[in-house]
This record gives sequence, structure tokens and C-alpha cells, in this order.
Amino acid sequence: MKPLLELQNVSYAYHSKTGETFALSDISFQVNKGEFIAVVGPSGCGKTTLLSLISGLLRPESGSVLFEGQKDASFQEKIGYMLQRDHLFEWRTIYQNVTLGLEIQHKINDDSKARIDKMLMDYGLYKFRNAKPSELSGGMRQRAALIRTLALEPELLLLDEPFSALDFQTRLSVCDDVYEILHREKKTALLVTHDLSEAVSMADRIIVLTKRPARISTILEITFEEGRPGPFARRNTPEFKEYFNVLWKELNSHE
Amino acid sequence: MNKSKGNSATQEEYLKNLQRRQYRITAIQVLIFVLFLLLWETAVQLSWIDGFIFSSPSRILKTFGSMWADGSIFLHTGITLAETLVSFALVVIAGVGMAVLLWYNTELSEILEPYLVVLNSLPKSALAPLLIVWLGANMKSIIVAGMSVAIFGTVLNLYTGFREMDPDKIKLIYTLQGSRKDVLFKVILPGTVPLQLSVMKVNIGLCLVGVVIGEFIGARQGLGYLIIYGSQVFKLDWVIMSIVILCIIAMLLYGILNRIEKKFLTR
Repeated sequence: MKPLLELQNVSYAYHSKTGETFALSDISFQVNKGEFIAVVGPSGCGKTTLLSLISGLLRPESGSVLFEGQKDASFQEKIGYMLQRDHLFEWRTIYQNVTLGLEIQHKINDDSKARIDKMLMDYGLYKFRNAKPSELSGGMRQRAALIRTLALEPELLLLDEPFSALDFQTRLSVCDDVYEILHREKKTALLVTHDLSEAVSMADRIIVLTKRPARISTILEITFEEGRPGPFARRNTPEFKEYFNVLWKELNSHE
Repeated sequence: MNKSKGNSATQEEYLKNLQRRQYRITAIQVLIFVLFLLLWETAVQLSWIDGFIFSSPSRILKTFGSMWADGSIFLHTGITLAETLVSFALVVIAGVGMAVLLWYNTELSEILEPYLVVLNSLPKSALAPLLIVWLGANMKSIIVAGMSVAIFGTVLNLYTGFREMDPDKIKLIYTLQGSRKDVLFKVILPGTVPLQLSVMKVNIGLCLVGVVIGEFIGARQGLGYLIIYGSQVFKLDWVIMSIVILCIIAMLLYGILNRIEKKFLTR
């Protein structure tokens, strides 16, 4: 079976008047359908750039990004992208916010409306559908942002530190929620984070990047004796600490 | 805000003090106004100052009454008000349009920036005589004079506001496969409504300024004309009454936009 996503020798540099900044250098990896991949690395190493390249917002300077073996740009429609903050628009209600993507792509119809209603109901936001974003808690806002992304039925989900703006307690429960939702909807996901425990608690494989210009320093398989437990359960397993230490050493070995 | 009887005694006391303060401020404001009018009237009645030059509240009222009776006051006020509203509407349309165009084409905005800055800092009253010569002594040139005062600042302010929109909100639209047009209509325009309203609030006053300047030089009707004509024939009652009416118009227009702004922001 072909991998869902494949990066081949991707490099990227930012250009400005004062010079060029090499962000990514020779990145190659594959993501299979249904997998949950985490990308960790020191802050400012080009993790967000990586997601922008995969989503097609940026074009690689060399190398290529393949989606189901194809190189054409139409795959962008099959990718959902969650940014660091929820960016719900205050001038729209929650319902208008979660349907923003459908509105832009002119896909609001009875089908998609029913799907949205179901998701709002499932994730406990239905009675807030006419509320303004500022009336919701951080965790609820993040769930609304997730519905906005899932409304377009993406096959691959890119998550750019989506929990970093939340306080620790909310973070743990939202993390659990999102994992559960993605698992239920059978989505493939690629999570970028600098939080090692978050990576271990969610991913099947972890890609470790070096400092800028980022190269892949190692790819770590995460397996548990009990199969594929949820994020919160993982934090209590003996393997959790081991993986954390391996990652910690890996990240610090290049300093 | 909890106005139920559940309030503690100290909260009640606090609210009462707050209200008392508000009453005091309003009372003093009214008092100053009334005292000023009284002083003015007395000064003229006792011949401390010459009523022929300084007018007086009673002379203003009398003038107002006679102009009301022959209907001329409605003509002059109506003309000035209409010219102001038309030039304001045109400033809104042209200002937003230009700002969008500059936002859409950054190279164009860089090319035009020095010109906009110079035109914005130019005292627009200097343009009025030119406009009259070019466009003729008619309503058209007065409306353009009104626009000229407000338009450049509007474009610059709106454009700057558009540029300052959170880049991640724009990125969000692109991640949802949106186009530049979607960024404009889903983020930039709805996201800068508070800015647009505050710019418009300033503009309505500026348009009034421009219209009066225009009427000074090239009109046969309107409050600006009345002021200039009155000063030439030494009918200073006309001049001062016109100024009072302009004050009221300015206050009303600002008040209306203020209302609209409040309504939008607390929606």
C-alpha cells in the first residue's frame, strides 16, 4: 500500500534582505493511513515551516511532497490544518465559525449541516452554537476549532501545537478529547510540538528534528504493551518515562 | 452588573456615590452653559460690549425666529447638511475602496505612499479656491472640498488597519483553501469594523469643515455662505447664529455615529 503522505529530500530556506535562513534540510519520511505522527524539535527549528510545506502554503525549494503518490496540488483539499491558537472570529457565532471552511468552499448543504450539528452535539457545543467565541472556555474553543477543521472531512490532519495556548489541566483533557475524536473518525494526523510528554502521549511514531537547519535526527516507534491507550492512560505506563528519556537525550545530544 | 437586592451595603453605597458624581458633573456642565448665556446677555444689555459686533443670545433667537418665519434658515441649514452627508457618503465609499485596492496591491501602495502622505498633511483649505476655479462655483466643488479634507486620512488609516490584521487569521483562511478575496471579505473587512467606525466618526466632522470652507468661497446658499456674507454686510447676528447651528449639527452627526458604533460593538 502506498503511504498517505511522503516527503522526499525536502529543503526550504527563507529569504530576506539581510540574508537567507535555512529552515529545513533534506527531510524525508512517510506517513501511513491511520497513523498518528508527532514531530518534535527545539523551538524555532522549522516545525511550522514543515507543516506549511505539507499543506501547500509554501513550496519546497528542492525535493517533493507526495500525497497518495501524487504530486499535484489538488491534494490540499484533503488536508486539514489546525493552527497554534484557535483563531475563532469574534464577529461570528460559534456555528458561523465552525462552518467557515464550508462557506469558503461553497459546501454548505443539508448533508454538511447535519454533519456539523452531529459534531456539535457529540462534542458538547450544540447549546453554544449561537454564542460568541469569548463566551467559551479555552477547551471548548479548541474543540470548536477542531470541528471547523473536520467539517471539510480532511484525510490528513496537521496540528501545529494546538494545545500550547491552554493551561496545563485543560491541556490534558483537551489532548484526550482530540485524540479520542481523531481515533473515532479514523483520521491520520501529524502533530508538531515542543512538549515531549505530549508527543509520547499521542503518537505512534515520533520524528525528532535537529536545530536549524532542521534535519531528521531519528524516528522513534512508540508501542505499548496494552496496545494503543489514550493520552492520559499512557502517562501512567512504565514505557512512557522510558520514551521520554530517550527523546530527551536525543534532543540534547546535538547541543 | 448585578442590580438585584442581593447587593451588599457597601456595593449600594458605591453605586450611589457613582451616580451622585455623574449628576454633579452633568449639573455643572449645564450650569456653565447657562451662566455663559446669562453673562453674554447681561454684558450686551448693560453695554459692556457692543451687541452690534458681539450679538447676544436674544438677538440670535430673534434672528433665528425671523429666518424660521421666512424659511431661509431651512434652506441654508439643509444645503450644508446635505452637502456634508453626500461628501461623507462618498468618502466612505471611496476611502474603503482605495484602502482595499492598496491592500490588494502592495506594490501600488508603496508607489502611492509618499503622495498620500503629502496630500494628507497638506492644509486642504488651500485647495478650495482651486476647486472652485476648476469645477465652478456650485455644489459639486463644495462636495469635493468636503471630501478632500477627509479622504486621504481615511485611506491611510484604513490601509494601516488592514495591514495590521493578525497574519495567522489570514493564514487560517488559506488553510481552509480560501482565496485572497475570502481573506478580504471574511477577515479584513469584518475584522476591522471597530476601526472603520472610529475613522468614520472623525470623518463626518472633517467633511463638515471642508463643506463650510467650500461655501466660504463659492456658494450662494448654506451656513458657510451665511457666515461670509453676514460678516461682509456686518450682520454679525447671522454669523454667530450660523456658528451655533454648525455646533449643533456637528454634535448631532457625531452623536448619531457614536450611537451606531456603540450598537455594533456591544452586539
